Amino acid sequence: MKAMRMTLSAAQSQSWFRAPSILPGFGLTMGVTIFWLGFIVLIPLGALLFKSASLGWTEFWEIAFSSRTLGALKLSFGTAFAAAMVNAVMGLLLAFVLVRYQFIGKRIIDAAIDLPFALPTAVAGIALATLYGPNGWIGSLLAPLGIKVAYTPLGITIALIFIGLPFVVRTVQPVLEEVEVELEEAAATLGANRFQTITKVILPTVLPALLTGFALALARGVGEYGSVIFIAGNIPYVSEIAPLLIVIRLEEFDVPAATVVAATMLMISFSILLLINLIQTISRRRFGRG
Amino acid sequence: MDVSIKNIRKEFQGAIALKDVSLDIRSGELIALLGPSGSGKTTLLRLIAGLEFSTRGSIYFGGEDASAKSVRDRHIGFVFQHYALFKHMTVFDNIAFGLKVRKKAVRPDKMLIAKKVYELLELVQLQGLEKRYPSQLSGGQRQRVALARALAIDPTVLLLDEPFGALDAQVRKDLRRWLRALHAQTKHTTVFVTHDQEEALELADRVVVMSAGAIEQVGTPNEVYDHPATPFVYEFLGSANVLPVHVRDGHIRLEGFETTIATHHPNGSHQTLVDGRGELFVRPHDFELCDERHHAIPGIIRMIRSFSGMTRLEIAVTGLERLITVEMQRNHAKESAALAVGARILIRPRQFGLFPSRSDSAAKSAEISQIHPHLRVIQDGAG
Repeated sequence: MKAMRMTLSAAQSQSWFRAPSILPGFGLTMGVTIFWLGFIVLIPLGALLFKSASLGWTEFWEIAFSSRTLGALKLSFGTAFAAAMVNAVMGLLLAFVLVRYQFIGKRIIDAAIDLPFALPTAVAGIALATLYGPNGWIGSLLAPLGIKVAYTPLGITIALIFIGLPFVVRTVQPVLEEVEVELEEAAATLGANRFQTITKVILPTVLPALLTGFALALARGVGEYGSVIFIAGNIPYVSEIAPLLIVIRLEEFDVPAATVVAATMLMISFSILLLINLIQTISRRRFGRG
Repeated sequence: MDVSIKNIRKEFQGAIALKDVSLDIRSGELIALLGPSGSGKTTLLRLIAGLEFSTRGSIYFGGEDASAKSVRDRHIGFVFQHYALFKHMTVFDNIAFGLKVRKKAVRPDKMLIAKKVYELLELVQLQGLEKRYPSQLSGGQRQRVALARALAIDPTVLLLDEPFGALDAQVRKDLRRWLRALHAQTKHTTVFVTHDQEEALELADRVVVMSAGAIEQVGTPNEVYDHPATPFVYEFLGSANVLPVHVRDGHIRLEGFETTIATHHPNGSHQTLVDGRGELFVRPHDFELCDERHHAIPGIIRMIRSFSGMTRLEIAVTGLERLITVEMQRNHAKESAALAVGARILIRPRQFGLFPSRSDSAAKSAEISQIHPHLRVIQDGAG
């Protein structure tokens, strides 16, 4: 009787926590999930916040709002945002070409898109710095036109575009593949031209995936270090990115200052990701699947 | 609007999908393209729509050659098998789409579009659902939204690709009746594709039976069912017993029998019979029981089954590999006491079709389609 009541209460206590399922192993897998998430993600982030909190408010404020920190944060988020925007547009176009057309060498192009994933970022940084430097192939062509790429925010943006491209292409591509040709045919029978079909039918359908790709590219861009520092020139107030500022502070053994910059970045990134997720949830609830 | 299809040929990478098909569709008609998968019926529908272009031949819309016109300029209404609704738009926006994308000069103003949409919502009986998204609707409702969307542009022709294919049996029957009534009301020239013979016979003014990229027969439902023009139509529409016969001096005899089954050409036509081997097609309900041996086939009852108002007999005849299926009214069967498994009886075809013998491989495929009656039992039982 007692045993029965216990199993009963166990069943009841489970029911508010999880929906009934015939799959066994929930306790074990959930345990591993929480441990892993805590061990790999939450404890380091917690330590970061804890460390920066040891400073006290006024000091925290002072470092976080010093003009050098603000400049670095503005540069990091600004260039990452610009690069993610460019990637959203161009990545969508690339994905569209790869999904919709058949041509010779398609598989090679498809594979080449993954190169920024595979290449060590420092290698990419050096290559870009050489190309866009004042004496580089492209840099020397742009210099007479008065366009300076290396050692400016423009150069950083180019490096971040390079790094973020595969994120957009790889998230949009599978969704675009699933857009039925019938949808386009339906739009055509109703009299829509190609442009209307793309803007009113195809784009809204892939928008959630495009947002995901944008968020991934943005997050990657904000945290990017290796490919940027070579082309950025790292001039304080001009082309010094936030991750570099953290490294500089660490090299000065000013750990609290480094953690303050890091914690600020963390909070901004978290807010942006939350906002993007919110937009996605709303749009997904509307379309549903069907 | 009249639609005229002249010698249309369609090849896909060397494979022939349509073999020089011609068809005249009259204004206001409701036409079914009926055939098994791979018969070219959907290809023909998409050619009319302008979603495919023919390898050869032309299509006329009301006397005007439309062959080179793009799908946008043909002003047809097309309803896709899986609806192809725009998931990110409400029902209202879906229906209004065709009007909203028009060029400014010919676009109705917002009030007019809204008025039109509400009219259509009433027509398809979906009032009050205009703010829903497609994912919040049932299959039947989605189908009706797709129909309303197609009707919004006042199409010259309404084309439906397997319109009820993805719905369950009861909804399908309701929608069928409803579409028939809608057509009577709006009088749009309508062409729909189906592989369901019941659907075609119940709904259409005329049925176009297709097989292997060619039209087998065009006619009213009664014409194609009662007077099939080819063995294919005989077997595809309903079921038929196929009996091997030979014809000599105007007498039709069952292969291996001396008794004459009939001496006239099938279905009252007065053509002279051509001597040679042939195949006699008799529908199960076109047999009658008889007492005298004159023109009769002797057999032994192997099985009796009664369901939904009729009785089906399986009869073995000496020399025939396959059993003959005979169907009759259930109360009629009760009256004749002689019906029992193992009993000897005599049957006579009241109505039949006679066609020259096909090659052996063709006879094999006929054998496969003989499985059909059993499939129908299951369907009838479920419905």
